[in-house]
Amino acid sequence: MSANSSLRNRFERGLSAPICLTWELTYACNLACTHCLSSSGRRDPRELSTSEAKALLDEIAAMQIFYINIGGGEPMIRSDFFELIEHAVSRHVGVKFSTNGTRIDAASARRLSSMDYLDIQISIDGADAATSDKIRGAGSYASARRAMDHLRDANFGQFKISVVMTRESIEQLDEFEALAKSYGAELRLMRLRPSGRGVDVWDELHPTQQQNRDLYHWLLERPNVLTGDSFFHLSALGAPLEGLNLCGAGRVVCLIDPVGDVYACPFVIHDEFLAGNIRDAGFQHVWSNSSLFKSLREPGSPGACVSCGSYDACRGGCMAAKFFTGLSLDDPDPECVFGHGEEALATKRLQIIPKPSPDHSRRTPVSIGAR
Amino acid sequence: MDPEVTEEVVEEQSAPESTELLVEEVSIDGLCGVY
Amino acid sequence: MAYHHGNRRLVFLKSRKLVEVVRELHEHESADAAIDALVGADEHSQYVVALASLAKSEVLCVG
Repeated sequence: MSANSSLRNRFERGLSAPICLTWELTYACNLACTHCLSSSGRRDPRELSTSEAKALLDEIAAMQIFYINIGGGEPMIRSDFFELIEHAVSRHVGVKFSTNGTRIDAASARRLSSMDYLDIQISIDGADAATSDKIRGAGSYASARRAMDHLRDANFGQFKISVVMTRESIEQLDEFEALAKSYGAELRLMRLRPSGRGVDVWDELHPTQQQNRDLYHWLLERPNVLTGDSFFHLSALGAPLEGLNLCGAGRVVCLIDPVGDVYACPFVIHDEFLAGNIRDAGFQHVWSNSSLFKSLREPGSPGACVSCGSYDACRGGCMAAKFFTGLSLDDPDPECVFGHGEEALATKRLQIIPKPSPDHSRRTPVSIGAR
Repeated sequence: MDPEVTEEVVEEQSAPESTELLVEEVSIDGLCGVY
Repeated sequence: MAYHHGNRRLVFLKSRKLVEVVRELHEHESADAAIDALVGADEHSQYVVALASLAKSEVLCVG
């Protein structure tokens, strides 16, 4: 592992095109996970059409963006899902898509296995149905496992199992490792952020300081476990974790949402972090000219973290975590390993928590049957 | 280069020092802000 | 910057000269010859290290 400081410095100032980006294909979803970062559930009628989506992919290819992460909502719900991912890979744009697995049956598993430049990430929130279904709904864990079985039977190769670290799932790390090993899959752990519906469950579900410390040490011993660099706030504990330990939002990554809105990252779907819309003048125009992105690419200041010796390791943490807990962006991260975030939260007398905007959550309960 | 590899030219910076490593790498998963 | 879709490594080549060496490798008999053609003697070993690192990441194929 080489010292990444010059890569990190270079990326902090932004690039002429993102290295990769997240594209949420639809706000429609057949589940209703309690922590959904995009508050998904109901399709937005202004969703990009198939031809708009393909034009976007052509632009992504022209900008030489290496990779797109497709999510949602549940991306496989879109009737043009295969058409779009085949269009992407035919242009040599790598595709990873994130799915709950409910639409991966034997036939679609075979179709996916025949494609190149394709990565799949299956989401669960616990190592067993009891834990995972509490967040994702009855039957969701079983669906996800069936999807994994289908991918294995179709010889897809290595897929990823993605888990958000909550107070409960963080106690099952060894089980997740064993599960991934049993499928020859990669394990990917993600930080829970108070984004989207996550704001409603944040207080009860975010890991404790002790759990975060234990996670940090567990990860240090397992550089093969993926994290999407989402735990860089924990790097203040000692040796840096794998990854650049850097917030890439608006600098090297961003989000394009189902209606073409461009946000700094998928965890800040809110007007405050809206950079523009691709329907105005295309995506490149937003990436290069957005005043929001230009300000993110300016050198940051430590703010309240200025007197802490660890700022260089953690960079003050995650914008989304601060914003959606009512902190200001130059406050410490609410999960600051030294407790400075908790102090900051305690001193906020009038805490105004921003609501997710937009909110595509379903208004009535969801139940899924066995497929 | 291997056909599986895609290239992009980034803006030039100042020339690296003679003792510095000329190559740096990271996993695509090592960028925060993607799923 | 180069991206290898197989192993998902993103590789940053920090000098234009290195990019040139890599692009012209196939025209020379050996890596050393390619480096000698484009780079001064005092930087030679730095470029050898760089090419070795690229080979290890499978961005370059040996043979």
